[in-house]
Amino acid sequence: MTAPFELTDDNVVVVIGTGAGGGVLANELAQKGISVVALEAGGRYLPQDYVNDEWESFGQLAWLDPRTTSGDWRVAKDFSGLPAWIVKAVGGTTTHWAGASLRIQDHEFKAKTTYGNVQGASLLDWPIDPRELDDYYTKAENKLGVTRTGDRPGLPGNNNYKVFEAGAKALGYKDVHTGRMAINADENRDRAMCQQTGFCFQGCKWGAKWSAAYTDIPQGEATGNLEVREKAHVARILHNEAGKVTGVEYFDSDGNLHMQAARVVCVAGNSFESPRMLLNSATSMFPDGLANSSGQVGRNYMRHMTGSVYATFDKPVKMWRGTTMAGIIQDEARHDPSRGFVGGYELETLALGLPFMAAFLDPGGWGREFTSALDSYENMAGMWIVGEDMPQETNRVTLNHDVTDQWGLPVANVHFSDHPNDVAMRDHAYQQGAAVYEAVGATRVFPTPPYPSTHNLGTNRMSENPRDGVVNKWGQTHDIANLYVSDGSQFTTGAAENPTLTIVALAIRQADHLASEMSQGNI
Amino acid sequence: MQDTTGPKGLTRRELLSRSTAAGATFVVGAGFLAAPNAAWAVETTTLKPETFATLVQMARDIYPHDKVGDEFYVVAVKGYDADTTADMVEAGVAGLNAAARGKGHASYLAMGWERDRVDILRGMEDSAFFQQIRGGLVTGLYNQKAVWPIFGYEGASFDQGGYIDRGFNDINWL
Repeated sequence: MTAPFELTDDNVVVVIGTGAGGGVLANELAQKGISVVALEAGGRYLPQDYVNDEWESFGQLAWLDPRTTSGDWRVAKDFSGLPAWIVKAVGGTTTHWAGASLRIQDHEFKAKTTYGNVQGASLLDWPIDPRELDDYYTKAENKLGVTRTGDRPGLPGNNNYKVFEAGAKALGYKDVHTGRMAINADENRDRAMCQQTGFCFQGCKWGAKWSAAYTDIPQGEATGNLEVREKAHVARILHNEAGKVTGVEYFDSDGNLHMQAARVVCVAGNSFESPRMLLNSATSMFPDGLANSSGQVGRNYMRHMTGSVYATFDKPVKMWRGTTMAGIIQDEARHDPSRGFVGGYELETLALGLPFMAAFLDPGGWGREFTSALDSYENMAGMWIVGEDMPQETNRVTLNHDVTDQWGLPVANVHFSDHPNDVAMRDHAYQQGAAVYEAVGATRVFPTPPYPSTHNLGTNRMSENPRDGVVNKWGQTHDIANLYVSDGSQFTTGAAENPTLTIVALAIRQADHLASEMSQGNI
Repeated sequence: MQDTTGPKGLTRRELLSRSTAAGATFVVGAGFLAAPNAAWAVETTTLKPETFATLVQMARDIYPHDKVGDEFYVVAVKGYDADTTADMVEAGVAGLNAAARGKGHASYLAMGWERDRVDILRGMEDSAFFQQIRGGLVTGLYNQKAVWPIFGYEGASFDQGGYIDRGFNDINWL
C-alpha cells in the first residue's frame, strides 16, 4: 500500500507530523496525486491497540519526551516536565481528542479589531476573511462526520450531560445540547456508531470518533502517493544557499540519521515541536532559526483559558459512562465586555476516570478535603472550560540548551503566565460552572485548575505583515516560500473553540493552495 | 513468631499498643507485618518492620479513605522496601518520629489522632520525602484496579460493549 520514495527524491512534499494538520494535509495532497513523505515521531496504534485504562493508555500514546516549563502557570509546578497532554503516534492527538468540532466565530477572527487594545496582549486579526473558510469548514465537518452539521443527528446525552443540561436550563442558558462532535451518532456511516463506552481520550476502540490514524492516513496510503515513516524523529530542516528548504534530517528508531530531500516541507508537529524544529534548524544564514526574521517563532503561545468544574451530589451520577465530552453550553462564548473580560468561553461536559481524577482534581492536594471528594466519585459530575486566552509575546517556546532529548537535541522550554483577562474569564467561568451544578443540588463544587495543555496554539502565527508573525494566510512562511506550517501553531489567536476543526479546515485549504502553487511552478 | 521482643528492643506489647493506636498494622516479627484481622500480611526485606508500618500509616494519613483497607496502602508503598530507597525512607520516617517526640509522643505511630499526625505532615509537606511518597501514591493507590470498585468506578467497558445498553443515561433523580 505504501509508496516508498527514495531519500534523494526531491519531488516529494515532506510533511512532519501526522495529526489533525499533517495527517489531513498528507492525505489531501496524496488524493491530488502529489507525492508525500510523512515523517511521524511516534509509532502506529489502531483501535485494536487502544486500551480502556487511563495510565496504561497514557504510557502507550502520550508524548513523553523531555520538555521543561517556566512561568507562573500551575502546570510548571505540578507537572513541570509535562506541559502538554498530547500524543506521539501516527494520527497524532486525533487519537486522544474528545471530538468537539466548533467553528471559530466571525468576530474571533478579528480579535484585534473586536477587542481593541488589551494591555500586555499581542492581539492581531487573522489575515483570513471568515467567509473564505466557510466552504472549508463544511468540507472539514463532512470529513470528520460532525454531529449536528449536514444531515447528521446529535449524540444522545449521558448521565453527566443530563446533570449539566438540567443545571444549565435552570440557570436560563439557552444554547445547550450534546455538542457538535466528530463521533458517529447513527449507523450507516463510514465509521461505527458510538457505543457510549467512555475512554474517548484513550483512543476510540470502535473507531466511532474521527482520528487521522484510521481514516485520512490509510486513505492517503491507498493512493500510492503517501508514505508514512513511523518513529522518524526530525532533527532539522535543511536549506540551500538560495534560502529555500531542500530536505529534512531525521533519526530512525535505531538512532540512524537520514536525509529526505524535499520540494516543499510542511511542519505539523504541534505548537511545541514545530517551533522547536525551526529553532533547532538555525544556520549561519538563519542564525535565529528558520522563518524567524520576525523573531516571532515560538512566541504568542496560547493554550486556551481552561479549567474544570467538578461537583458532587447526594446521589450517583456515574459520569464516566458514555461519551466523554458530548455536552456544551455556548451562551458564554459571546464577546461581552460587561462580564469584565474580552472574548468568551464554552462549557463542555468532561469526565475523568478515578485514576486521572486523583491526579488532576487538585494536583498536589492531599488530606481529607481531597479524599472526601474522591469518596464521592460516583456522585460526581464534571465540565471543562475552554475560552479564548490572550496571546502574549513573552509566553513562548524556546530551546533549552541545558536539557537534551534521546537524540541529543535541545528540548522545548514552555513558558506561560496567565494574562489578567485569562484570570478574569476563568473566575467567571468557575462561578457559572458552579452555579450550573448548584442549580441541581450540588453538595460541593471543585474549581479545578487547568490540566497539561492539549490545545497548544500560536507559536508560528499567521499575520498579514511579515513583521508580526511567521506565516501568511496560507500557512506559508513569510521568509521561505517552500516552507509551510500546517498545524495549530499557525493560529493568529486562540478563539474560544476547540481547535481541531479549524486545523483540519486550514489543512484542506492549504492542500488546495499547495497543489495550485506547485502546478504553477511557484514552489 | 517473635512475641516478646521486637526490633530495636521494643516489646511486642509496645508494638501492639502503637499499632492499635494508629489502627493500622501489626509488626508480627522481624521483617514481617500483618493486619490484626489477618486480611493481609507483608514481609519486608530491607526496611525495618516498624518503618514500613509507619510508612503505611503515613500513606493513609495523606490519602485517608475509611472504606479502603490497609492492604491497598501496603501495596501502594511496598515498592519502597528496596535497597535504592531504604535510606531515604528510613531517614524520612526517623524525621516523622522525631517530630512526634517533639510533640510529646513516643513515635508517629503512637499518635492516636489523625489530626496530630496530619499536623506533622503539614509541617513537612514541601520536603522531598513527603512529596515523593505523596506523588507515588497518586498512581500507587488509585491505579490499583482492585481499589476502583470501592469508589464505584467501573474501569474498562469496551469488553462489555460500552454502556449503550448498560446505563449510560440511567440517572433517575433529576
